[in-house]
Amino acid sequence: MNFAWHLRNGSRLTCRSAPAACRRTFTAQHVMMSRHTHAKRIDGLDKNVWVAFTSVAADPSIVNLGQGYPDIPPPSYVKEALAKAASVDRMNQYTRGFGHPSLVKALSQVYGKVCGRQIDPFKEILVTVGGYGSLFSTMQALVEEGDEVIIIEPFFDCYVPMVRMAGGKPVLIPLRPKPGKIPTSSTDWYLDPDELSRKFNSRTKAIIINTPNNPIGKVFTRDELQVIADLCVKHDTLCFSDEVYEWLVYKGHEHVKIASLPGMWDRTITIGSAGKTFSVTGWKLGWSIGPESLIKHLQTVMQNSLYTCPTPLQEAVAQGFLLNYEMMGQPECYFSSLAEELEGKRDRLAAILQEAGMTPVVPEGGYFMLVDVTPLDQDLSHMTEDEAYDYKFVKWMIKEKKLAAIPVTAFVGEESRKHFEKYIRLCFIKVRRISLRSCILFCTLWYFVIL
Amino acid sequence: MGIIRNLSTNLTVIRQSLLRNHQKTIMSRKVHASRTEGVDKNVWVEFTQLAADYKAVNLGQGFPDFSPPEFIREAFCDAVKGGPAMHQYTRAFGHPPLVKILAKFFSRIVGHEIDPLEDILVTVGAYQALFSAFQALIDEDDEVIIVEPFFDCYQPMVVMAGGKPVYIPLRPREGSAVLSSGDWVLSAEELASKVTPRTKAIVINTPNNPLGKIYKLEELQMIADLCIKHDLLCFSDEVYEWLTYDGAKHVKIASLPGMRERTITIGSAGKSFSATGWKVGWAIGSRDVIKHLKIIHQNSIYHSATAAQEAVARGFEREYEVFGTPESYFQQLPAMLHSKRQKLATCLQSAGLNPIMPEGGYFMIADISSIEVDLNDESNKDEPRDFRFVKWLIKEKGLATIPVSAFYSSEHGKEFDKYIRFCFVKEDSTLKAAEDILKKWSQKE
Repeated sequence: MNFAWHLRNGSRLTCRSAPAACRRTFTAQHVMMSRHTHAKRIDGLDKNVWVAFTSVAADPSIVNLGQGYPDIPPPSYVKEALAKAASVDRMNQYTRGFGHPSLVKALSQVYGKVCGRQIDPFKEILVTVGGYGSLFSTMQALVEEGDEVIIIEPFFDCYVPMVRMAGGKPVLIPLRPKPGKIPTSSTDWYLDPDELSRKFNSRTKAIIINTPNNPIGKVFTRDELQVIADLCVKHDTLCFSDEVYEWLVYKGHEHVKIASLPGMWDRTITIGSAGKTFSVTGWKLGWSIGPESLIKHLQTVMQNSLYTCPTPLQEAVAQGFLLNYEMMGQPECYFSSLAEELEGKRDRLAAILQEAGMTPVVPEGGYFMLVDVTPLDQDLSHMTEDEAYDYKFVKWMIKEKKLAAIPVTAFVGEESRKHFEKYIRLCFIKVRRISLRSCILFCTLWYFVIL
Repeated sequence: MGIIRNLSTNLTVIRQSLLRNHQKTIMSRKVHASRTEGVDKNVWVEFTQLAADYKAVNLGQGFPDFSPPEFIREAFCDAVKGGPAMHQYTRAFGHPPLVKILAKFFSRIVGHEIDPLEDILVTVGAYQALFSAFQALIDEDDEVIIVEPFFDCYQPMVVMAGGKPVYIPLRPREGSAVLSSGDWVLSAEELASKVTPRTKAIVINTPNNPLGKIYKLEELQMIADLCIKHDLLCFSDEVYEWLTYDGAKHVKIASLPGMRERTITIGSAGKSFSATGWKVGWAIGSRDVIKHLKIIHQNSIYHSATAAQEAVARGFEREYEVFGTPESYFQQLPAMLHSKRQKLATCLQSAGLNPIMPEGGYFMIADISSIEVDLNDESNKDEPRDFRFVKWLIKEKGLATIPVSAFYSSEHGKEFDKYIRFCFVKEDSTLKAAEDILKKWSQKE
C-alpha cells in the first residue's frame, strides 16, 4: 500500500470530528494533490533554455541570431516534392512505421555511398521525428538505471535531460582551449585523451559525440575520433554520434563518421536530420542508422511512442535525397552548395564581431559561432539575478541592443560554467540578418557602447 | 631485423583480428534497456505485412483509402507554398494558430474555457499524446485500468512507463441478442472492484476501437464517480469523436462535474480529416496536468511539423464556422460512412458472419463462431482461433481483417477469440471487392 494512500486515509481519520464541510474540503484538496503527481522520470527536467529565450526573441524588432533555424527558404524542389506528395491520396495516410519505404531506400543509397558499406533500409535505419526524436529513441532503447553516459561539453542541451529521463547518469567532460592561446577557431578546442580515458568505467554504457559540434562548430578529426573509438572498443561501450550538421563542413576540414572506423559499426548509432540537411527544420524528420542488433530496440521504442512519422514529408525528403544523390561530389549538390553559401556568412559575421571588439571563435562546421565577449568588459552588476554572466549578457543584449543570442553555459554542466560564461552563441544561417545594413547598424551600436 | 619486422606485423594482424572478433561479441552485458522488454511484438507489423504479401483486399488496418476532403488538401498546399516560416520550427507545444482554434472549437463543445497555451499540447498523432500522458503521469507500480477491448498500444505504453495494466472487459449484456455495440456494457461492481490504492488512472476510448461502442452519459457518470471518489486520472481517447451513427451522442467525460481537472482528452486530426498520414494530434486538459506532458514532449521530440499543423488549423477554422450544418465535414463523413456500415453488415450477415453493429467509429466486429472451416495450418496451431482464422482468410480468400483478441489482455483473450475486426472507411470499390469475396464464399458453403 503506498504512502499516499495512507496519508490520505490517515487524514480522513483525524478529521472525523471536524465539521463535515471542512472534512470534505480538506480531504478533497489533499487527495487531489497526492494523486496528480507526475512520474519521477520528469523530476528536474522542466527548465529549458529555448522556452526561456525563444519567446523573448519572438519580438519582431529584435534581430534573432539565437535559435538555430534558417530564415532562408529551403530549395524549391523540396517544397515542390512536398506539394506533389500531398496530392497523392495514399500519401496522406499511414506509411510504414519504421520509415516510409522510399525514404529508407534513399537514405540507404546515400549513406551506403558515404560510408562505403551496404546499409539495409529496413533493418538498419529508423526514421524519427527530427534528430531530436532519434536521440530520444536511442536513449530510451539503450540507456537505463545504472548506466553512465559520457557527454562532451559544450553539448546540445537535450543530451543531459534525455539521459536522466532514461534513468542514466550523465558524466561530463569539457572540450578545453589549447593551452597558451585565446581560442579564435573551433580547432583551438580539444579533448584531453587522458582525461577522457579516466571517465570510462564498467558502468559506462555509451559516449555521445556531436560532430560538427553545436555550439562550438568543432569538427572532430579522424585521429580524435580514433581515440574515442579505441576507448569504446576497449571498454565495450556504445557510441551515439549526432551528425545532424554533417554536410556543413567548411574548406580545409573533413567530416568523418566514427561508425566507419574499425570496430565501430556494430556499436554506433549515427543520427542525421532532414531539417538541417535541407533547411527545413519545421519538417521534423531525422533518422538513426546502425546495426540491426541496436536499431531493433529503437524500433521497439518507436512503435510504442508515436508509431510512424508523417507520410508526405517523408516522401518529399526521399525525393530530395534522390535528386542530390545524382549530384554528390558536384558543386550543384545542395550538400556542398549550402556549405559554400554559409562559409561566406560565417566569415562576414566573424569580421563584424571582430570590428565590434569581440573575439569570435570561427567554426570549422555547423552554423553556429561562439563569441567571447570578455574584451567588451560589459558591466552587468546592476543585474542581480543569480545567473551566469552569459545569461545576463544575452538578456542585456536583447534589451539594449535588440540582438538575440544564446548563452553558452546552457550547453555545459555546473562545474564547467566558469570556463564558458564569457561566451555567447550566434547562428549565421540567416540571410536578411547579415546584410550590409545590419552590419553597419550593428557596428555603430557597439562603437557607441565602447565610446 | 626482417624476423622482428615480420613478428611485429604478425602481432599487429593478430591484434586486429582479436579486435574484430571482439567486435562480433560486443556488449557481453545486455545492450537494450529493460523498458523495451515484452513490448516488442506488434499486431500491425505482422498483419499488414501479411496483407501486403497476399495482396489481400484490405479491411484490416484503420485508415481511409479515399482522399481527405478538398478543403484540407488545399490548406496543406497553401501551407507548403507559404513563407519560409512554414518550413521552420514553430512553437514547441503547438503551432499558435492551431492551439488557438482548437481552444475555441472545443471550449464551445465542452462548455468551459480552454486556454490555448496552457491547456493544450499538440503531438505527433494521438499516439504520441497517449505516450506523453503515460510517460508523464505513470510511475513504477502505478496501476492503470484499461477497458477491453482496447486499442492495442495502451498496454505496452503502460508497461513501458513502469505501470501495471489492470483489465476490465466490456461484456455483451446477458439474455438479449447481441446485435449492437450498445449491448456491450461495463459492470459497475466489477469496475469498482478493480480499484486499489495503487490505481492512478483509467483509460477509456469512446467511440471505442474495435467495438464501436459509444459510452452513454450514465456510463460515463459511473466512471466519473469512481474517478472522483478515488481521485483517479482519466485518459479519454476520443479520436473517433465525430463518427457517430443513428443519433448516438458523443459525450466528453471532461465535461462532467469534477472531471475537468483530472481528465486528459485526446484527439486526432488524422481521424477527423481522413488524413492519418499527417500525424497531428492533441491532448487537452487542465494546465496542472498538461504541464507534465509538456515536459515529456520537450525532452522527447520537442516540435511537431509546422506545415501540417497550419493546415489542420485552417481545417478547424473552416469547421468552426460550419459546425452543426450539413456543410461540416464532421457531419458529412459519418453520413458517408453510415451507408458503408450498413452495406458491410449486410454482406457479413449473408456470409454467415454475425456482425455487431457499431454505434460509432469506423470498425465493425463480427462473430465467426458459426463458421466451420478447416484451419489447416501447422505453423500457427498454438495461436488463438481468431488469429488463425484471420490468417486463413488472408491466404485462402484474399481478405484482410484483424483478430479481435489482439485488443484483449492475455487473461481475457480466450473469451473473445471468436471475433474479427473489419474496417469500413474504404472506397465503395474496396467494399464491393470484399463483398464479392464474401458472396462467393457463402455460395460455396
